[in-house]
Amino acid sequence: MIAMEHVTKRYPTRHGEAVVLDDVSLVIRPGEKVGILGRNGAGKSTLIRLVSGAEQPSAGVIRRQMSVSWPLAFGGAFQGALTGADNVRFVCRVYGKSPEGAVDQVLDFSELGRSLWEPVKTYSSGMRARLAFAISLVVEFDCFLIDEIVAVGDERFVDKCQHELFEKRKDRAMIIVSHNPLYIREHCERAAVLVDGRLRSFDTVDDAFAYYQQTSAA
Amino acid sequence: MDESMSLGRSWAIQRRVIGALLMREVVTRFGRHNIGFLWLFVEPMLFTVGVTALWTLAGSTHGSTLPIVAFALTGYSSVLLWRNMPGRCIGAITPNLSLLYHRNVKVIDIYAARLLLEIAGATMSFAILGCLFWGIGWLRPPEDIMRVLWGWFLLAWFGASLAIFLGALAARTEIVDKLWHPAAYLLFPLSGAAFIVDAAPAGFRDVILLLPMVHGLELLREGYFGAAFRPHYSVPYIVIWCLGLTLLGLAQTRVISRTVALE
Repeated sequence: MIAMEHVTKRYPTRHGEAVVLDDVSLVIRPGEKVGILGRNGAGKSTLIRLVSGAEQPSAGVIRRQMSVSWPLAFGGAFQGALTGADNVRFVCRVYGKSPEGAVDQVLDFSELGRSLWEPVKTYSSGMRARLAFAISLVVEFDCFLIDEIVAVGDERFVDKCQHELFEKRKDRAMIIVSHNPLYIREHCERAAVLVDGRLRSFDTVDDAFAYYQQTSAA
Repeated sequence: MDESMSLGRSWAIQRRVIGALLMREVVTRFGRHNIGFLWLFVEPMLFTVGVTALWTLAGSTHGSTLPIVAFALTGYSSVLLWRNMPGRCIGAITPNLSLLYHRNVKVIDIYAARLLLEIAGATMSFAILGCLFWGIGWLRPPEDIMRVLWGWFLLAWFGASLAIFLGALAARTEIVDKLWHPAAYLLFPLSGAAFIVDAAPAGFRDVILLLPMVHGLELLREGYFGAAFRPHYSVPYIVIWCLGLTLLGLAQTRVISRTVALE
């Protein structure tokens, strides 16, 4: 289980402190798939970073009782000067997984070919997404944090992710941030909406969408 | 899998992370071309050999009757040890920023990996050159090896604590980077590498002994030269400096760990 309790996140800006998340609470049980909706800049990525532990909350607590991935997003998590293969080894070591064989598995899944031995800074965002996703599947987590990346990219890759995540790893928990309503509707049992730093959870995705559309229109 | 894990498990994770960061640093810093990671100690060795050769040719006895090769080796090696560390920690976060996306990778681990590498390089250079010069008869082995190691350890601690403090400060303000370069340059002639305290005029001696690294080097040289050398140092003095800088450095690191903004 992951529990966020009364979490607030403030960032210093040139115009004083900005409150990005304001007293947010969220619980994710094993196997649950939760969608997060919100407009650009609503704080969705911040929320995911806090859940992952990459950033610390300004107030409140986050408890993790299962292994949680890093935020699988288009940016971050890799060192640009290192090759894809070196990044695979680095990430494996950090999570205590033997790097033996991991590079081959990532090569197989990501279909990056020889690019895997080029520096990551030369990758397109799609290639980074494939690398991030492939490594996270090799390391294995109880909860995957997905910030947009599986919903985009070419069709073949989307299909592959589909199979690996939602069929082979049905038992895992996921938090999915996406702008694609269909995607969330298809894969999440419930959803929450971020508006003005407040998070409202709904029992069904449909209710969440109704609220999301209502607040975006206003 | 609870987050509130034991100290032992935290230590295991931290070791793992520092190990991964060490490998990462070695690959980007030295690459896999030509002699690769051997540069770690070949580069400081070249510096030390160069300085030793220059001082020998110039006959710079720096006010002492000590054998010049041993004088240069102890002096320049210890400068390389403490002076290069702050440079490795200043600006260490930016190229590693995206790695902080992984929960267990902390700012202090990035510093630790870089410092361990720096200490390893300087130590190997010092040890290899010492054995080499001894082997070809240019210098005699140290009189008291434990004292040499103790001095070396204190200098490494001083360098590491200064590095963490300056590295963390530099993450908050660019001025630190600007000021460290001239400071590092000016501190070299004052650090005791190129003179011995005993030969310094009394007034100057009191001023120079305010610098903590002078104490470490005098201790090291006492171990090296034994009775032929009249040392001036205070172990509590340098230890207090190291403790103070360590505390300040860890506190600053804590501050920036909370505020560092991911991309």
